[in-house]
Amino acid sequence: MAAALLRRLGQTLFVLFGISVLVFLVFFATPGADPTARIAGKNASPETMAKVRHEYGFDRPLPVQYATMMKKLFITRDLASYVDRGELVVPEIIEAAPVTLSLATGGAVIWVLASVTMGTLAAAFRGTWIDRGLMIAGLIGISIPVFWLGQVANLITQARYHDSWLFSWVPGLGYVPFTESPVGWFKVLIIPWIVLAVLFIGIYGRVLRADLVAVSGEDFMRTARAKGLSPARVLLRHGLRTSMITFVSLFGLDFAQLIGGGALLTEVVFGLQGVGRLTYQALSNLDLPLIMASVMYSAVFVVLANAVVDVIYVFLDPRVRDGR
Amino acid sequence: MDAEAPILEVRDLSVSFRSQGRDVPIVEKVSFAVGAREILGIVGESGSGKSVTAMTIMGLIDAPGVRVTGSALFRGQELIGMPQKALRRLRGREIAMIFQDPMTAFTPVYTIGWQIDEQIRAHEKLGKAEARSRTVRLLGDMGVPDPERTANRYPHQLSGGLRQRAMIAMALSCNPALLIADEPTTALDVTVQAQILDLIRTLRADYGSSVLLITHDMGVVAKTCDRVMVLYSGRIAERGPCDAIFAHPGHPYTAALLDSIPPLTGPRPERLPSIAGAPPPPLERPAGCAFAPRCHFTHDTCQALPPLLRYGQQDIACVLPKEGRPMPPRVTEYAQ
Repeated sequence: MAAALLRRLGQTLFVLFGISVLVFLVFFATPGADPTARIAGKNASPETMAKVRHEYGFDRPLPVQYATMMKKLFITRDLASYVDRGELVVPEIIEAAPVTLSLATGGAVIWVLASVTMGTLAAAFRGTWIDRGLMIAGLIGISIPVFWLGQVANLITQARYHDSWLFSWVPGLGYVPFTESPVGWFKVLIIPWIVLAVLFIGIYGRVLRADLVAVSGEDFMRTARAKGLSPARVLLRHGLRTSMITFVSLFGLDFAQLIGGGALLTEVVFGLQGVGRLTYQALSNLDLPLIMASVMYSAVFVVLANAVVDVIYVFLDPRVRDGR
Repeated sequence: MDAEAPILEVRDLSVSFRSQGRDVPIVEKVSFAVGAREILGIVGESGSGKSVTAMTIMGLIDAPGVRVTGSALFRGQELIGMPQKALRRLRGREIAMIFQDPMTAFTPVYTIGWQIDEQIRAHEKLGKAEARSRTVRLLGDMGVPDPERTANRYPHQLSGGLRQRAMIAMALSCNPALLIADEPTTALDVTVQAQILDLIRTLRADYGSSVLLITHDMGVVAKTCDRVMVLYSGRIAERGPCDAIFAHPGHPYTAALLDSIPPLTGPRPERLPSIAGAPPPPLERPAGCAFAPRCHFTHDTCQALPPLLRYGQQDIACVLPKEGRPMPPRVTEYAQ
């Protein structure tokens, strides 16, 4: 166990190092990204340029600059933005992370519950209008762009029907920390959660149905039926349980990506100051410290989520347990 | 044995699948009976309809477009057309089934013991502990070493032979009157095969079960069965007591099958005889004798479908005995 943890830690460090070097090099290879010109401002005199360059250490060799940045990011944690001067990057990430975490986790709960129900129902009623209806609904869910759906949801709940009994409880856009008011947190996030989940419900529902249908042809499903079990038990205890293995690996990838800032569009539409939005700002300003910090943050979560998926895997599949 | 009513009596069972707008007959008018404590072997090549026959009896065929006609009486109850709910009560409890590949027949994510407990508890009101103790006893009876520990192991952790023993333990867990074994030894290596066959043979004494043994291996039949039915291309070729058929095969197909078993004694043959050609696919099945295109004895009268006729102790779907030219008795002896 300890060895496995250490190995995972080593992998994480290696991944972080690789990604950070890549981000660093790509940044300096990008034309027009020269931070000196941006910091010094437009039409700056050559002397100012030289001063800024020296002050920020841009005249030093790249490896030294890289090391300095890493030290400021991870050890002294006083890495400052190039764009908003003096704005520290690490607190910004720490402030944005709970927003994204709340959004992605709540959305994930909804999409897992809904897609498992949907996929199982569709597989149980394979070939009937229930199956067809659910699969078409899933396809519609996949095809709706999330920003459009978010805007429509806002239009309905914030403007058009906000004064009706149905949506008068919906608070204004923005984020309420859980620690401040759990109810407020829930109210403000429930609609973003649903909007974020719609796409995934469609994908996961369809994938699960296909998987269940494939599994239903397996020998062990025939054995289960030959044992005289009820169709529901055969489908749930034998079929669904086995299909969960594929489901979880897919889930790990998507969830990590969302935690790492992949829910950008949802965050923007609902005015949530999350990591996705922060990354977007950093990229549009070509603000290397912020890019670096948010990329490191996502990488940590992707690796972490993968580790969690591996653990769940071990619980779900005894064959994996013996394989290690 | 004859005095007792048969456990299973199948009459004129036909199964056809609908494919591209046509009914494809898979099994045609198959009739047989399994007496109490009897082991009946159903022999045939792949595609001869032997597995489909078994699955139909279990009510496990529910693909769209399947048509089943005829009758299958299990202790006087009609199985064909029985509602799924009633069938479910029989399945696993009165009629149990063992499958060909023990590697894939267990759900990979549960322990062997859990899966046997599940079957027991699906049919009987037993607590977890009681079910488990019966599971462990059954596994022990099946010759599984250290049954308590084995019950807590996952299918992939066991060898093929152990898994098949566990499968048989599961099938026997509710004391079924009839056990259908669909090629139970095909996926196992030869020494394990012999052990499993021995086990199946002892079942009737220890558990009083009748067995329907499906196989493509005449050697397995010789070792295990009381009576045998040879299927060819979905139709009965020959049916009768094992000894009689092995001594005087009445159908040229049976004779050819027997010739293809390597003899245990005497000089070693250069090359085993084989049957030239392949069985016809269901849609191209000839109107007359289905074996005629591959038969050495084909003549004009084979153009009509030969009826199943009694000849000695056997029922033979061939015109030869009636025409006074029965197949010669066999010389090779089989070690039983």
